[in-house]
Amino acid sequence: MEKKISILVVDDEDSVRDSLNLWFTEDGYRVECAENAKKALSILECGSFDIILTDLKMPGMDGLELLRRIRALNKDSIIIVMTAFASVDTAVKALKDGAFDYVTKPFDPDDLSHLIRNATKQISLTNENETLKKRVDSLENVEDLIGKSEAIKRVLKEIESVAPTNSSVIITGESGTGKELVARAIHANSLRKFYPMVSVHCGALTESLLESELFGHEKGAFTGALYNRKGRFEMADSGTIFLDEIATISQKMQVELLRVLETRSFMRVGGNKEISSDFRVICATNRDLKGMVEKGAFREDLYYRLNVMNIHVPPLRERVEDIPLLTDYFIKKYCLSMNKPNIAMESAALKRIMSYKFPGNIRELENMIERAIVVGNGKKISLKDLPFGKDVIDSSVESLDDFEKAFILQILNKYGWNISRTANALKVDRVTLYNKIKKYGLKS
Amino acid sequence: MNPQTITLLSFGHFDRGFLEKISEAVAQEFNCAVSIKEARLDLTGFFDPNRRQYNGDQLLKEVHSMSINTSKKTIGLFNVDLFIPILTYIFGQAQLGGPTAIASLYRLSNEKYGILPNDDQILERFKKEIIHELGHTFKLLHCYTTTCVMRSSTYVEDIEQKEAQFCPKCRNLLQSSL
Ligand SMILES: [Zn+2]
Ligand SMILES: [Zn+2]
Repeated sequence: MEKKISILVVDDEDSVRDSLNLWFTEDGYRVECAENAKKALSILECGSFDIILTDLKMPGMDGLELLRRIRALNKDSIIIVMTAFASVDTAVKALKDGAFDYVTKPFDPDDLSHLIRNATKQISLTNENETLKKRVDSLENVEDLIGKSEAIKRVLKEIESVAPTNSSVIITGESGTGKELVARAIHANSLRKFYPMVSVHCGALTESLLESELFGHEKGAFTGALYNRKGRFEMADSGTIFLDEIATISQKMQVELLRVLETRSFMRVGGNKEISSDFRVICATNRDLKGMVEKGAFREDLYYRLNVMNIHVPPLRERVEDIPLLTDYFIKKYCLSMNKPNIAMESAALKRIMSYKFPGNIRELENMIERAIVVGNGKKISLKDLPFGKDVIDSSVESLDDFEKAFILQILNKYGWNISRTANALKVDRVTLYNKIKKYGLKS
Repeated sequence: MNPQTITLLSFGHFDRGFLEKISEAVAQEFNCAVSIKEARLDLTGFFDPNRRQYNGDQLLKEVHSMSINTSKKTIGLFNVDLFIPILTYIFGQAQLGGPTAIASLYRLSNEKYGILPNDDQILERFKKEIIHELGHTFKLLHCYTTTCVMRSSTYVEDIEQKEAQFCPKCRNLLQSSL
């Protein structure tokens, strides 16, 4: 969106013009306002606008007449009319006269952004699609996928070929390898990039919560539901939905998911209106889904629907040569966010890091660097700032579980057993953390 | 540390610890001093009986008149349902590049949507909305980066998708306007 999309707001009420002016400016549009139809026409004489948002009832020339005059000027602007609830009939007349859509005042903020999005989609369909298609040739927004190893290059290549298609993708790989980053990169390099990518961490939610999360609910659907709640599939309209830990969903949810993927429509919980949404689905798992299908734990039909394309993200130990770059990247990142000057790492420390197996993959490396910057002297990261030795990697640690137990305990202690901060640092949700604490019988 | 200071002006009878956690996050994101002040204001004059909500335009003006020093940013924090005439509700709003903003916790709590309450979640959401509105006072516009705090959120679930932090691009823009 290099060239700003322009919007002309026509309304006789100051507060409406001011609010919409602010709203659209914040959203990155070029905005002009007119307090009546005459003024609007004179502005239109000097230039054109992509979108014209006009009130219907105005003193002097009304919105319908303005609409006809604009059409007579042969301007190809998209015209949206605003109307009070009572005068929807006139709005329908406006639609017949060539308005793109109408909204009733006051608007739901989300309806407004949806409406403008649809209108801009229309514009980009006509003139931006070509340039967009060209621009997807080279990958964008992959700065977070650091490395120059063959392994990561292969992943980038796969992202490049998968991104512009509309196919479902399953991303596989161990925990902490950056599967969500791969999903983001796919989204950012697809034609859907101007629309949301919505993530759902399926493993963190119970069946009924997941249902409301994915499909939303109507107000009054159950006690206490005062407002409507949008589901993730609805939010992902025109964009991408990312379902993390897909292997954890129940049989019942598998059936529902399959239905949504087939029909691209669903109902909110407690609702009776079929809602359709145009989304692309990307899933991730650290489990062997194929194996689960063979054992009957995951539906085969759903598996094939999701697994049109597959990208495997290699564990960090298979791309050791990327560790220095990643280390640099995380040092910069955390120095910036802690407002510290950039620091370097001693070569002995780097050497130690490179010989380590990283069962927790990149996430573990990232946590390690963050911790080193926090505990370090602010000059150079040295071996003693790293959690090797007695802290984590003592000789009793032999299995992945032992490692995880020790690591979680360490972070818990670091944050004084504050569950949400610890969960945040470990980049897991609180439920997962509770379960781990229970599993390992951790105590403060 | 930047010469800018930010004031969190509380109108919502918020818990002190709650406000301190927010102030910590704001200070970290903007790298400047943040103070917390309690304000007393009779809100009845801002209540619209037809809409059963409070007028966000008028409240923004009121907070603005209470904070005259323009080298500072002030954000009024409320716990009432805010609207502006053209929109059915707002989580908050700001003067773009100006000194004042407002934000309300009201629609951010799970209970309003019939979901179990979650104190950490509501704190996170409020932090994000406050940092977002303050970002506007530093001339930042909406950002397309999914995780950036300056991403526009028009409904509550949308807030979950972003983090309480600026993306590198917005952070740079912020730096140049501080
Ligand atoms: Zn905003
Ligand atoms: Zn941003």
